[in-house]
Amino acid sequence: MASQVLIKARNLTKRYNHFTAVDHINFEVHKGECVGFLGPNGAGKTTTVRMIYCFSPVTEGELTVAGMNVSTHSREIKKMVGVAPQEDNLDPDFTVIKNLQVYARYFDIPKAEATKRAMELLKFFQLEEKQASAIDELSTGMKRRLIIARALINQPQILLVDEPTTGLDPQGRHIVWDEIRSLLKQGVTVILTTHYMDEAAALCDRVLIIDNGKIIESGEPQELVKKHAGEDVLEVSYDETVLKALKEELPEAHIEIFGDQIRVFINQPHGVFERIVKKFPGVNMTIRNANLEDVFLKLTGRKLRE
Amino acid sequence: MIRSSASGLPKLTRHVWTVWHRNFDVFMKTWHVNFLPSLIEPILYLLAFGFGLGTFVTEIEGISYIQWIAPGLVAITIMYGAFFECTYGSFVRMYFQKTFDAIIATPINVEEVIAGELLWGATRATFNAAIVLAVVAAFGLISSPLFLVMLPVAFFGGLLFAALGMCFTALAPNIDFFNYPTFLLITPMFLISNTFIPLATFPSQLQTIALAVLPLTHVADLSRMLVVGKVETLGGLSPEWVLVLAAVWMAIVTAVLFILAIYLMKRRLIK
Ligand SMILES: Nc1ncnc2c1ncn2[C@@H]1O[C@H](COP(=O)(O)OP(=O)(O)O)[C@@H](O)[C@H]1O
Ligand SMILES: [Mg+2]
Repeated sequence: MASQVLIKARNLTKRYNHFTAVDHINFEVHKGECVGFLGPNGAGKTTTVRMIYCFSPVTEGELTVAGMNVSTHSREIKKMVGVAPQEDNLDPDFTVIKNLQVYARYFDIPKAEATKRAMELLKFFQLEEKQASAIDELSTGMKRRLIIARALINQPQILLVDEPTTGLDPQGRHIVWDEIRSLLKQGVTVILTTHYMDEAAALCDRVLIIDNGKIIESGEPQELVKKHAGEDVLEVSYDETVLKALKEELPEAHIEIFGDQIRVFINQPHGVFERIVKKFPGVNMTIRNANLEDVFLKLTGRKLRE
Repeated sequence: MIRSSASGLPKLTRHVWTVWHRNFDVFMKTWHVNFLPSLIEPILYLLAFGFGLGTFVTEIEGISYIQWIAPGLVAITIMYGAFFECTYGSFVRMYFQKTFDAIIATPINVEEVIAGELLWGATRATFNAAIVLAVVAAFGLISSPLFLVMLPVAFFGGLLFAALGMCFTALAPNIDFFNYPTFLLITPMFLISNTFIPLATFPSQLQTIALAVLPLTHVADLSRMLVVGKVETLGGLSPEWVLVLAAVWMAIVTAVLFILAIYLMKRRLIK
């Protein structure tokens, strides 16, 4: 069964004056998918998301949402999209529940229906007890959850969440993850931006790795890790002689030097690194599972989180 | 409202009133705080200028000084109410609260957000003008049954000052910037626009400037006509023509500033 394409970008480009923030990218998002835009700060994730919800005009290329062009059908598109922006723009002049009710009014949702939906969302996001609170009484995590709740008030087919857990403590992150997972179960299509590897790996069916406005790789998280970083990664403190020895021992390996650390990637099953560790008894070496961050490092020679 | 067009005019629908409604809800939450200054201020002005200064200036154009300045106070209230709502108020919502960004992510477009803000600024001006009119009435200073027409005039005059303020908001790099238009434009207008001092007493060049470029002059003239039934005859124009001139001048300038404010804000917000 061919799945329905909800979002389609062809040579999508965004320039601010002469600076190219998004550079001829192509991608598709299918109904029911969770797609992650993964990349460092300044990669162009927010800019791309803003073009999808018709906030930023497209400079070049084509972008359609549910078959409609973003530059001609912004009102129709915005009706079916929910947006949880990166920065907090909750309305500080209103209480928690009033934030949802007023936002519902922007979508022409009748008052009784708006209140019903608001109560359901507050319950789902565990904010019921805070319904009468002022916005500045909420913790960062609660604000994030309220922003996502607000994005769902129009029962969108597509949810855009820009860095849903940046600045949250581990517990707060897991609550948000659980909630996004249950939205996915309900069939909502989710686009999520993040610079956290674990977040992309935990939530996304597919990730687009973005750097300098370009998509440098895309695919399922586990496949990408396997393809680019293998099963395991070997980490060693930087040392001239050890580096030379490693290159001789493993001529087929891909070796990256980052700061004072050597990282060795290899496309071979387990066991190779164990042999190396035994061969250098005096040297402190660590073997760990490869992850998406290794993929990024290998593709760009840079660390992702900076 | 003005409907979508290919001519570059703003695309506006009834969503404008949804934006207006947001500000109205906030206002109603704290209406008593908004209400008191609008009530106290005109009382203080009438006491200080009317009774204080009025003992020296006994009569202008055949009416008492206090009755002469009362319509001026209404006009000033309209200017302040709308201008400050759409400068400081709108800037806080746009810049610090990111309220406009939040609304633009819904089916409401940026033109409608700004138009809603402008209509709200006009509404605030009307609300404040109504309070001042009540004070003026309580002082027994209303002598024309037409004074109720002052409410729609307050709305349209308010729209003019709201749009003027919004143009500055679109250009303001930070909130302190509003000191410039306040001291270079609003305060001079407060003083020379036929509000506290008859325009006829100023040098003729100043009179020309006040009539040609200062909106408050026209609002004050209309107000004096509607509240106390008194029209100044300026530069040889008959009273009817002074009023027609004021109404036409305001209509044109309001339309121009309204479109300009939306254009400038769009340029600022859409990146
Ligand atoms: N309004 C703007 N004007 C000029 N440059 C911008 C603007 N918004 C973003 N940029 C630039 O575009 C690039 C991509 O930004 P953004 O999409 O916010 O990245 P990300 O969300 O991946 O961190 C950055 O270099 C940023 O400085
Ligand atoms: Mg971003």
